Amino acid sequence: MAGAQTNRLDNGGLIDRTAPLKFRFDGKSLSGFQGDTLASALVANGVKLVGRSFKYHRPRGILTAGSEEPNALVELRTGARREPNTKATTAELYEGLEAASQNRWPSLSFDVMSVNQLFAPIFVAGFYYKTFMWPAKFWEAVYEPAIRRAAGLGRAAGVADPDHYDKVWAHCDVLIAGSGPAGLAAALAAGRSGARVILCEEDFAFGGRLLSDGGMIDGLPAAEWLSRTLAELAAMPDVRIMARTTLFGVYDGGTYGALERVNDHVPSPPEHQVRQRLWRIVAKRCVVAAGALERPIVFAGNDTPGVMMASAMRTYVGRYAALPAKRIALFTNNEDGWRTVETALGAGLQIAAVIDARPDISPSHRSLASRNGFTVLHGSVSGVDGGKDGVRKIAVSLTGGARAEVEADGLAVSGGWNPAVGLTSYHRGRPKWRDDIAAFVPDGAPPGMVAAGAANGNFGLGACLAQGFAAGAAAAHNTGHNGKAGTAPVADDETFSLTPLWHVAGKGKAFVDYQHDVTASDIELAQREGFESVEHLKRYTTLGMATDQGKTSNVAGLAIMAAVTGKSIPDTGTTIYRPPYVPVAIGAFAGHHRDETFHATRLTPSHHWAAEQGAVFVDTGLWKRAQWYPRAGEKDWLQSVTREVKAVRSGVGFCDVSTLGKIDVHGPDAGAFLDRVYINTFTNLAVGKARYGLMLREDGIVYDDGTTSRLAEGHYFLTTTTAKAGLVMQHLEFCRQVLFPDLDVQLTSVSDQWAQFSIAGPKTRELLKEIVDPAEDLSNEGFPFMGAREVALRGGIKARLFRISFSGEMAFEISVPARYGEAMARNLMRAGEPLGVTPYGTEALGVMRIEKGHVAGPELNGTTTAADLGLGKMMSTKKDFIGRVMAGREALVAPDRQVVVGVKPTDRARRLRSGAHIIPKGQTPGPGNDQGYVTSVCFSPTSDQWIGLALVERGRERIGEIVHAHDPIRGEDYEVELCNPVFYDPDGGRQRG
Amino acid sequence: MRIVCPFCGERELGEFTYLGDAKPVRPTADAGEDAVHDYVYLRDNVAGVMSENWYHGGGCRAWLKVTRNTLTHEIAAVEPAAGAGAAKVGA
Ligand SMILES: [Zn+2]
Repeated sequence: MAGAQTNRLDNGGLIDRTAPLKFRFDGKSLSGFQGDTLASALVANGVKLVGRSFKYHRPRGILTAGSEEPNALVELRTGARREPNTKATTAELYEGLEAASQNRWPSLSFDVMSVNQLFAPIFVAGFYYKTFMWPAKFWEAVYEPAIRRAAGLGRAAGVADPDHYDKVWAHCDVLIAGSGPAGLAAALAAGRSGARVILCEEDFAFGGRLLSDGGMIDGLPAAEWLSRTLAELAAMPDVRIMARTTLFGVYDGGTYGALERVNDHVPSPPEHQVRQRLWRIVAKRCVVAAGALERPIVFAGNDTPGVMMASAMRTYVGRYAALPAKRIALFTNNEDGWRTVETALGAGLQIAAVIDARPDISPSHRSLASRNGFTVLHGSVSGVDGGKDGVRKIAVSLTGGARAEVEADGLAVSGGWNPAVGLTSYHRGRPKWRDDIAAFVPDGAPPGMVAAGAANGNFGLGACLAQGFAAGAAAAHNTGHNGKAGTAPVADDETFSLTPLWHVAGKGKAFVDYQHDVTASDIELAQREGFESVEHLKRYTTLGMATDQGKTSNVAGLAIMAAVTGKSIPDTGTTIYRPPYVPVAIGAFAGHHRDETFHATRLTPSHHWAAEQGAVFVDTGLWKRAQWYPRAGEKDWLQSVTREVKAVRSGVGFCDVSTLGKIDVHGPDAGAFLDRVYINTFTNLAVGKARYGLMLREDGIVYDDGTTSRLAEGHYFLTTTTAKAGLVMQHLEFCRQVLFPDLDVQLTSVSDQWAQFSIAGPKTRELLKEIVDPAEDLSNEGFPFMGAREVALRGGIKARLFRISFSGEMAFEISVPARYGEAMARNLMRAGEPLGVTPYGTEALGVMRIEKGHVAGPELNGTTTAADLGLGKMMSTKKDFIGRVMAGREALVAPDRQVVVGVKPTDRARRLRSGAHIIPKGQTPGPGNDQGYVTSVCFSPTSDQWIGLALVERGRERIGEIVHAHDPIRGEDYEVELCNPVFYDPDGGRQRG
Repeated sequence: MRIVCPFCGERELGEFTYLGDAKPVRPTADAGEDAVHDYVYLRDNVAGVMSENWYHGGGCRAWLKVTRNTLTHEIAAVEPAAGAGAAKVGA
């Protein structure tokens, strides 16, 4: 029989005994019930040892019953869904759950690494800085791998996460964190007032401490009030209450982050459902009713399995009917801890003793003790005798100096309560100290946020209800909702009396930060070594830097530092609080933006046709572009590309160039506007003509280039490079709206509206005749080089035709509405078949532009001027334009600048590589004689050798000089000749023909 | 952070692109190299309230002048650039 649940009560609790669930922990079959967490099910099965600690591999048990848990961290699930550092205290039990303990080898009860305890002296505060400093190379080779193996915090799955994550937005008037009495009262008030309310609860059940502690509200038992209240809220259409949802951060302008664990409570998400959902909630007001966290007292052996927070023990007994021990002792410094005794007695547990650090206790508690036959010891716990099987004996230092021993198998500890000040402090709010509760309470919360109830330091049930209700009503009112809120729920307040106690001196390790194994003596050592500031203390000891962010440890750590420095706790101060409140998986932040949906994909209009042709695609920004079109029998890309180039140069080919940015520039001042953004002039461009344009940044460096055509008196059509399409649009809008608002001009992005093809090669006209209406004159006279106009196609569609050439061949570019793009590609293939038409990709395009000496991205690299590119003569001296003045600076016109020049290896068989540095012949390469580098290379079928473009110092004066191409990355050094960058048809006869 | 675009309403940060200090004014054509140098390179980077250029590229493509506290990200005012067409919208 799997798991006898030996420690489960027969009655009571919020578990469903009709729904048993089987699960496995470290391979052992156990059982629990619907409504359990993994932790409560382990408690019910009598499991005390749940993990080993980070540095010393000490045996650890469950400390808390919530998201503050530092010890009970497990690897949950298996295979691709295995998730390390999952808190057993918040993991809901489901059928077939598999969990494994962490930080142990080979097994939890026999852990070889617990030998680390013997080396404890080297693991003291600052050990990262002290022990592993020298020799430096030992760090990577020896120390780090050893530490990772010995310490570590669980293992990641190591394979891709198979689940989906979602991201959504929500807007509301009042956002409420927490569904305890304060949160529910706030929701009631705000909801009744008519506000749009969102309430987030991290637990899977609503009610907060009511689920564990009960009480009477409005004369009803808490459970009854809870179900009525939830029913009322559920009936309000503008109130959304979300379970399993942690509000983890607050950002600018009232934006909040929340993580909804949609399907963490089932083995795997149902089909088409997400595992988790990240909510970005925009709220006008926020009521933080996140409650408070009970804090430990630091004493020797306080990490022994069986030592548990008093409130957690009540939760296991009251909410889950699971008994963490049979005979318990309570160590408390406050009244609230005693409630655990009452709950334990109610469940039939034995009370071994109550150790109360306060000078006096109430008569009612005295009589409770005498009625139930347990002793009350005035003093403190100074040591725990026990081990991996749990607590056996508790050593007590009595007030006055005497010692006592208590036999028990469980120790409940209550050091008081810390309001959950995380959310209220995330905008650098510094919580303020309240002496009466010896705790920090929120101060300096972000605009629109208030704390209520225990989160605000008001621990009584009546106060929680009253303050939550008032906060909810005020938040609704402040957002313009003034409906009838009714009256606040009423309950009595428990007394809260506390005598601060942080640390009990004693022999043995006393833990402050359980998850990072930071002890009281580590803090004392940090102080002795000068790390007194809390931010230094944190980094030197790693206090509070584990995944629990010190929820149970930070305040105790500050208190101990305050004690050793002789300062007060508020003078010692807190570290800066930062979100997230609980760990959030990166997958949730990424949402659907992963793998092929990491970013949008843009397909060219002819993409599907190109895919049919077997094109190889390359990612160019968001675009997929056809890189080349392999044919059967071709052994590599070079063979395909060479064939494509030869086919274009000898016949005709076409290429989809729709990825170019396209902008329509309209208005009476369109030309004047272009004159200001380009270095050359466009007002004097005739209608029906195209012109190459170059634009600079205001600092004088080249920004972008492209062809602009004048289609009508007040209408230009401008193209940009693919890479800069969006940025140039943004830049031109800036020029138009901010710099030159006086100009009457409008810009329209039409990049996606036009499919554009380059058709190139000596047979271009023959092919175009089959596409264009026969009435259109395509002769050299009727459509000369750099002509641009609208034409009719066969069938009547209007197209824009431009006689421009990137390849150096007789060429046109034709634009058709994007929806005809694919048909155009098919038509060109069909009509061009007798001519041997060849589609070509971006590689062949690149080869032909290098052969022709055209500059592109590698030369427009953000450091080059127009003159560097050989385009200095384009700069008009008759007008102002963006970048004009700065382009004239001394260094930008210096004669020794690196300028574009052609390069080719002197050994015609050698392959040229881009990135190779240019070194004068006969010199030893070094930074002092590095004269530039090779920017673009290709195998030129026309030259029948590798050629390239390079940026070389005074390059244009050195044509014919032999220099070195020095390539230390590839270990190559070879001679190249500097040459004219126009390798092909230098007088341009072919493109004009 | 959200910006209330005068044309589109309140929109999320992801729709906008930040440029920087909106105070520098582009010098006239005859202003000389020093003035242009200052315009191009001298930018205030205030810890506090600043006037900044933002571009609503994910919306109406208006350039906006946003008065923002760089410490708190509070936005005091959003105005369209002179050439963003505000007058026509208002008319
Ligand atoms: Zn807008």
